[in-house]
Amino acid sequence: MFNYILKRVAQSGLVLLVVGLVAFSMFRFVGDPIDNMLGQERTVEDVERLRTELGLDLPFIVQYGRFLGDAVQGNFGVSYRQGRPVSDIIIERAPATLELAVVSAFLAISIGIILGVFTAIRRDGWLASVIMTTSLIGVSLPTFLIGIVLIYIFSVDLGWLPSFGRGEVVQVGFWSTGFLTKSGWLALILPAITLGLYQMTLIMRLVRSEMLEVLRQDYVRFARARGLSERVVHFRHALKNTLVPVITVTGLQLGSIIAFAIITESVFQWPGLGLLFINAIQFVDIPVMAAYLMLISVMFVTINLVVDLLYVFIDPRLREGGL
Amino acid sequence: MFNLTLPERLDRILKSDFLWRLSRSPVAILSLLVVTLLVLGAVFAPWIAPFDPYDSASLDLMNGFTAPLTENDFTGQQFLLGTDDQGRDVLSTILYGMRISLFVGFASVLFAMVLGISLGLIAGYLGGWVDTIIMRIADVQLTFPSILVAMLIFGIAKGVMPAEYRDQMAIWVLIIAIGLSDWVQFARVVRGATLVEKNREYVMAAQLIGQPTPIIMWRHILPNVLSPVLVIATISLALAIIAEATLSFLGVGAPPTQPSLGTLIRIGQGFMFSGEWWILLFPALTLLALALSVNLLGDWLRDTLNPKLR
Repeated sequence: MFNYILKRVAQSGLVLLVVGLVAFSMFRFVGDPIDNMLGQERTVEDVERLRTELGLDLPFIVQYGRFLGDAVQGNFGVSYRQGRPVSDIIIERAPATLELAVVSAFLAISIGIILGVFTAIRRDGWLASVIMTTSLIGVSLPTFLIGIVLIYIFSVDLGWLPSFGRGEVVQVGFWSTGFLTKSGWLALILPAITLGLYQMTLIMRLVRSEMLEVLRQDYVRFARARGLSERVVHFRHALKNTLVPVITVTGLQLGSIIAFAIITESVFQWPGLGLLFINAIQFVDIPVMAAYLMLISVMFVTINLVVDLLYVFIDPRLREGGL
Repeated sequence: MFNLTLPERLDRILKSDFLWRLSRSPVAILSLLVVTLLVLGAVFAPWIAPFDPYDSASLDLMNGFTAPLTENDFTGQQFLLGTDDQGRDVLSTILYGMRISLFVGFASVLFAMVLGISLGLIAGYLGGWVDTIIMRIADVQLTFPSILVAMLIFGIAKGVMPAEYRDQMAIWVLIIAIGLSDWVQFARVVRGATLVEKNREYVMAAQLIGQPTPIIMWRHILPNVLSPVLVIATISLALAIIAEATLSFLGVGAPPTQPSLGTLIRIGQGFMFSGEWWILLFPALTLLALALSVNLLGDWLRDTLNPKLR
């Protein structure tokens, strides 16, 4: 088992090195960094000075090493478009994305599990089949259309909720939070629903199929035979045993919440990392793109690693020999 | 199966239970109908569309913002689905936009298929370090959501290309970006099937009579691993259409000079608050119908072609 953990950690490290190489190549070969940093008026001396300063005259592998070293210390260079260090911009934008992601993950998990249990218990009821059909349509809808429909209903038509931005934010140290004001919460509702809806349907369908599987097991039948109430059978015996796959899938989905936040943030002009990334692509702001790529890879790789390792701890069968 | 003539093949399809199953599923028939209708509309757009929206000679700015089925105040012209700010007929832009959406969708799935099938076949048949490298790359890519990969490829391509070509090449870049973000599924399935097939007697026979490796892979193994590919392709098509629409909506896809449905929705979103709802609504509904019916068709095909799930 120790070998297995070591192997997985090494694999994750390798993935990060490869992503680092991609990010570095983007920075080094897409466009000329010197062109991007110096304006039209420049002298040969300026170019030479910057070339040495940036280390562009060094061998490739040394440059790559330096790039990785800088990245580990949180130094991702200067944004071509904003002229500020990328790390500053990222720290400024991160709270918006994280707050959005946490709230939609919470919505997705709680409502997803409740609906999943409900549709499994009442599998032949009309409400359950309505929910299942709606969820099928929901899965095939593009996220941005859901966002637009919500804006149309709740902002344009009813005028209840704001359609863009974060509302008023309060600065707590370096963290800007929308959790402390009413307008912050109002602004959060539509984006959080848009972002969480897809994951919610996924979790719901997963919980439902796992529940149906578990409810057929002998120990559930035995629990019923013992005369336990339906509530105890459903929640104490059945739901608990569906949670292992649900936890792993939810864990893996956390990463895609961050990725799909790009779309949601763009629809609602939510000033987070996703909007930053999409603007960086539009204006070919390579340092920002590279930094975002590295950041999100670290996140994805860590989540995958943790989920894999959790498996080993949760499931005793994997611990002995097997691997 | 590859040596049949066309009538023989048609006969096989007619005699199979495929059509019978289709006739038993109203959802599948409806989806098929919608898809056929939309594809026909897109293909024949230059003949069907009442106007050519990209011929600036026929555009009249006075026609701008005409609501559906009302007469324009200045010119007195009528438009079935109204016009946008430039006076372009919305129905015509949708028909032309669908051409781009469908073209990008089909082309990128085709690209992903060719790439995925070739790499999967090579990885499965040759094995060893070739297999390890290909599947490791696939694993790494699978760690990231495909829409993110597509965005990144689009961004890099945009950076590499000189500014004046960016809009012209955007459609092709989009196809490559979406295709590259989606090959892994095909490769995995084909590799898995190849691993099973390569130990069969017919492969051994081919090897014994000295057939060269590429011929064995291409002529003998490929036809036997293709059936699951068809199902993945249909579902991929729905995903590719949505991916294209998403990228274009975000402004990193089809340019305003060659708008796809996603670009049209992006444009329409700007008029949502000023009351010109038709510029947004009709492209959005079209995309909805397209994505939903391709998706449902894919689901039905998967259930029908996969006897284990029946």
